[in-house]
Amino acid sequence: MRCSKLLVAMMGVFSVPCSLFPILSPAQGPVFHLGRTPTEAESKALDLSIEPSGRGLPPGSGTAQEGAKIYAQKCAQCHGPTGAEGPSLPGAVKLWPYSSARDGYVPPSLAGGKNGLEGIWASPVATTIWSYIRRAMPPGAEGSLSADEVYAVTAWLLYRRGVIQENDILDAKTLPKAPMPNRACVPWNFSCTEPAGATSDR
Amino acid sequence: MHSKQLGRRRFLKEGAAIAGLTAGAIRSASGQGQTLGSATAEARPQDSRAYGERSRFLNSVRTLDRTGQVTPLQDLMGIITPSALHFVQSRGYDPPDIDPRQHRLLIHGMVDRPLVFTLEELKRFPSVSRILFLECPGNTGKTALEDGAATVQQTHGKTSCSEWTGVPVSLLLQEAGVQAGAYWLVAEGAEKGNRAQSVPLEKAMDDALVAYGQNGEPLRPEQGFPIRLLLPGCTGGVNTKWLRRIKVLEQPELGIWDLQQGNAIRVSPDGKGGRLPTMPPKSVITFPSGGQRLPGRGFYEITGLAWSGRGTIRRVEVSTDGGQIWKDAQLQDPVLPMAHTRFRFPWNWNGEEAVIQSRCTDEQGEVQPTLAELSQRRGIRPGSLQSDWVADSYARLGLNAVQPWKVTREGSVSNAMF
Repeated sequence: MRCSKLLVAMMGVFSVPCSLFPILSPAQGPVFHLGRTPTEAESKALDLSIEPSGRGLPPGSGTAQEGAKIYAQKCAQCHGPTGAEGPSLPGAVKLWPYSSARDGYVPPSLAGGKNGLEGIWASPVATTIWSYIRRAMPPGAEGSLSADEVYAVTAWLLYRRGVIQENDILDAKTLPKAPMPNRACVPWNFSCTEPAGATSDR
Repeated sequence: MHSKQLGRRRFLKEGAAIAGLTAGAIRSASGQGQTLGSATAEARPQDSRAYGERSRFLNSVRTLDRTGQVTPLQDLMGIITPSALHFVQSRGYDPPDIDPRQHRLLIHGMVDRPLVFTLEELKRFPSVSRILFLECPGNTGKTALEDGAATVQQTHGKTSCSEWTGVPVSLLLQEAGVQAGAYWLVAEGAEKGNRAQSVPLEKAMDDALVAYGQNGEPLRPEQGFPIRLLLPGCTGGVNTKWLRRIKVLEQPELGIWDLQQGNAIRVSPDGKGGRLPTMPPKSVITFPSGGQRLPGRGFYEITGLAWSGRGTIRRVEVSTDGGQIWKDAQLQDPVLPMAHTRFRFPWNWNGEEAVIQSRCTDEQGEVQPTLAELSQRRGIRPGSLQSDWVADSYARLGLNAVQPWKVTREGSVSNAMF
């Protein structure tokens, strides 16, 4: 946006362009030589990114049949037996939100809200669901589900929504290909997930 | 924390060397990444003379609404929000308890040189300080309408303005060397749930900051201590707090947070970039405002705040007669882009009922709409009721409508939006 005097001065010293400008030029050498190179293991341990292509998905697999058991055990207390009931059940009030807000705030239902495309169903790709469960569910024990369990619960959700069959095996290869209900809308046209008229205002 | 470690361990299966991994910390298996400094928790002063407190006669505080803590705008002076009163919207997540000496920022993905920075190293980079507002996109939205918000704290309290200090993201990315073909990054927090936000590289390289300072001191835990992302002008939710990882990508990650109303990203048709939503121009009178009482006729200085995520506030007009006559308010320096701007307007109240309101114009020429204008834009019938707006999904995004306050003959001030 604008160069500080310091950065302008540095341009002379280090002969680099002011990087506050949006220059996406080919990579240049480091200037400040700060920081260190992470080991591969530590990068991998921290890397929770799952891309729409499926890149980042770990080995493992699961089916809706397996997922139903895990859902009943670890999810239903907040989301309800089918996912449409919650999360406004007694379990959810205790767990969500942790703090900062009065009782009564309710995250979107697993049924997808009014138009059926809210919350996890806003996404065109099932990687969104997989990644969110792995990161954030269940509240209080985030990150505790194994890869197999996350595949299985995701399969159960997709099966309930009619996206896949009960015995379909979800894994790193099949999950990104699941035909999500909102697959036509995003990522190239987000208007489908936005209330009409909102795009022009924001 | 312990269960999380175990979970990840199980999750990643054997072989992944993550001993010592805690939320918000990277410690390499080889023992690199030494701790920094000598400050310890034990040295924390207990004496209020060492870290000052306000007068015991003052009681202005954040209050809770259904989704977070809101700022008492009616009590603020100038443009800076005291850090202790900055609104908090963390989707229910408690701030993680991060030891800054253990915290690391990892930059990886489509870069030539993946890097890990300590806080001390981040502070060695050339720094930038900027006064910027942050506003939750749901401010003045559905919950405020449903709950019958009466005060400016309840109607508009999810906006705050601080002087933020940090290192430009562009410097960090240059250090890592962004590879050709990369158009996005994802910025991830260290809180439970590890919120991840996709950001177009163009925005990141333009004016994004990794901030470690807020109003002259380190960030407050609720605001992302020890480091957070700041994306000037954008909706509040995209400014990742407790930042621990930046991954450079070809395409957005499409995490659930990239798709949620209000904060949803836009992707360009060719996929090579996109944009984040920005906050539209908005202003509100903070004195006199809802819930206050004027002791009698006579002189009052009407004052309030105006801001726009699209640049600098150019003009604020005030009406004291229900919107018939509008006069320019005085803008108090400094008037800065993407910052709260204080306006003032002298008023002699004659003791009769009055409706006072403000409207602003930003440098793009965009004028803050009245509720009637917004209704028209949304196809809601004129003279629309509060219930119509509550039912309208657009209201969830928050309204930037002109806010009228009614002053009765008795001097009591109330919300006259509907």
